[in-house]
Amino acid sequence: MRARLVLLIAGFAFLALAPPLANLLEQPFYIDLLRRVMIFAIAALSLNLILGYGGMVSFGHAAYLGIGGYAVAILSFYGVNNGFIQLAVAIGGSVLVALVIGSVSIRTSGIFFIMITLAFTQMLYFLGISLDQYGGDDGMRLAVRSDFGGLIDLGNATAFYYLVLVVMVVFMYLIHRIVHSRFGMVIRAAKSNEARTRAIGFSPYLYRLAAFVIAGAMCGVAGLLLVNHTAYLTPDFMHWTRSGEIMFMVILGGIGTSVGPVLGALVLLLLEDSLSGMSGFVGQHWQLFIGIFLVLVVLFAKRGLAGLLPGAQRND
Amino acid sequence: MTEPLLDIEGLVKAFGALRATDGVTLDVQPGETHAIIGPNGAGKTTLIAQLSGTLRPDEGRIRFAGEDVTALGAAARSHKGLARSFQITSIYREFSALDNVALAVQAHAGHSFRFWHAAREDDALRAPARAILNEVGLGSRADVPAANLAHGEQRQLEIAMVLATRPRLLLLDEPVAGMGADETQRMVQFLGKLKGRQTIVLVEHDMDAVFSLADRISVLVYGRIIATGTPAEIRANREVRAAYLGEELDA
Repeated sequence: MRARLVLLIAGFAFLALAPPLANLLEQPFYIDLLRRVMIFAIAALSLNLILGYGGMVSFGHAAYLGIGGYAVAILSFYGVNNGFIQLAVAIGGSVLVALVIGSVSIRTSGIFFIMITLAFTQMLYFLGISLDQYGGDDGMRLAVRSDFGGLIDLGNATAFYYLVLVVMVVFMYLIHRIVHSRFGMVIRAAKSNEARTRAIGFSPYLYRLAAFVIAGAMCGVAGLLLVNHTAYLTPDFMHWTRSGEIMFMVILGGIGTSVGPVLGALVLLLLEDSLSGMSGFVGQHWQLFIGIFLVLVVLFAKRGLAGLLPGAQRND
Repeated sequence: MTEPLLDIEGLVKAFGALRATDGVTLDVQPGETHAIIGPNGAGKTTLIAQLSGTLRPDEGRIRFAGEDVTALGAAARSHKGLARSFQITSIYREFSALDNVALAVQAHAGHSFRFWHAAREDDALRAPARAILNEVGLGSRADVPAANLAHGEQRQLEIAMVLATRPRLLLLDEPVAGMGADETQRMVQFLGKLKGRQTIVLVEHDMDAVFSLADRISVLVYGRIIATGTPAEIRANREVRAAYLGEELDA
């Protein structure tokens, strides 16, 4: 318990100190890389809320990255660069889409749930491709980043980095509160034993739907951050492989653990980055090595990387 | 006779050509322990599924406390005061014993759209849950993960969860199934303490348990109730002896 807390604090301290360190070492590239890691960590954290705690295996979570991204890019296209408006639209759009997808998919379970969430997200993906005025397949450049007035300048790499860090930490805390609240206990109970949950008097549907919508809204914020990070939007934000990647992060880091998604995002993206940068066979076939690594983690670390940390046996 | 707490009339449930429940009419009086027995394949599981609301009957109606509940699902019936235990122990294995019961308390403590305060630090849930665990004799095992409890303890835990919903009727589906002799005896003793205070519908294979607990017994054969009566009447009933009980009654 204590060792776990120390590790957690050390991890946050490292993330907080990374920009000055990177500047000192004259490797600003790492600020960029870690910012990308944390944006995906936010997406993975939100997926973990429904996948890890709610047992809802959504194979379409990238949809909300897309909604958040398109909210910013389309508004910007029409000259609305106000970040607060973009944020409101990103969250509102994600909530609406999650309501639609969730209200249909949550009536099913197992493989049907996976397929329906995947199907909806593919529909959005092809909708993105068909939007010719917004670049269609090629996507569109985000000429001006979200403008949050004097509050924060996303054009400043370091300031943007700290914004992402703060959002990630705040979301981690929110999710921590949610999964330990009465609400969280219901969705975890429904995951653990649905028949028992109904028999003691809960109707899980609305609780699950609410969790699904909260997760979608959080991932929509990740989408807003991601499009500001890449300064370029393509329908690939919503491609099914992107959904898969976020799911890998959760599984790799540890399903239903508080820090797992962050660890998963960190390790997966760092591996991708370093392996794909290698020359020769490894560099050409880097996906193969990531695949082998994932298989090994799934086989030998039941609760993912977070399960290997001290104090992980505690049932929280 | 007073107004029955549970009143089942003409219940029919067919799976294809098989009428698993074939016109069951049955009443359960308040305070009564009413056992339903029958050989394997008699339709006990199908009947209890319809009583608890997980299966919709094709025909007939179920009245509970004077209200027609035939169309209600399991969660809604739980809120009317109808609680069940399952034939195969149904608990939250990865949660502690106390968590299990606290969840049952929570299910009847208003809505759960409460996102902020930690449920495990909520005395309104924990205190009643602790009291019920003590009542069933699991007080010292409160913090043990349910999966690590002995089989008999898990069955007790399930009954604790059922009691935590403050039911008006307990629907117990083979509560001593799979138990050793000692565990069975303890469970029968415990149910004996509940008897009279709680209205109980008991579906059970263990004849010793049934005959020591039940006020009335209904015998289900091929989806039909062939006899209802006191244990002595059932023991003496020729039709029942022929259909089912035979040597077990002579013992």
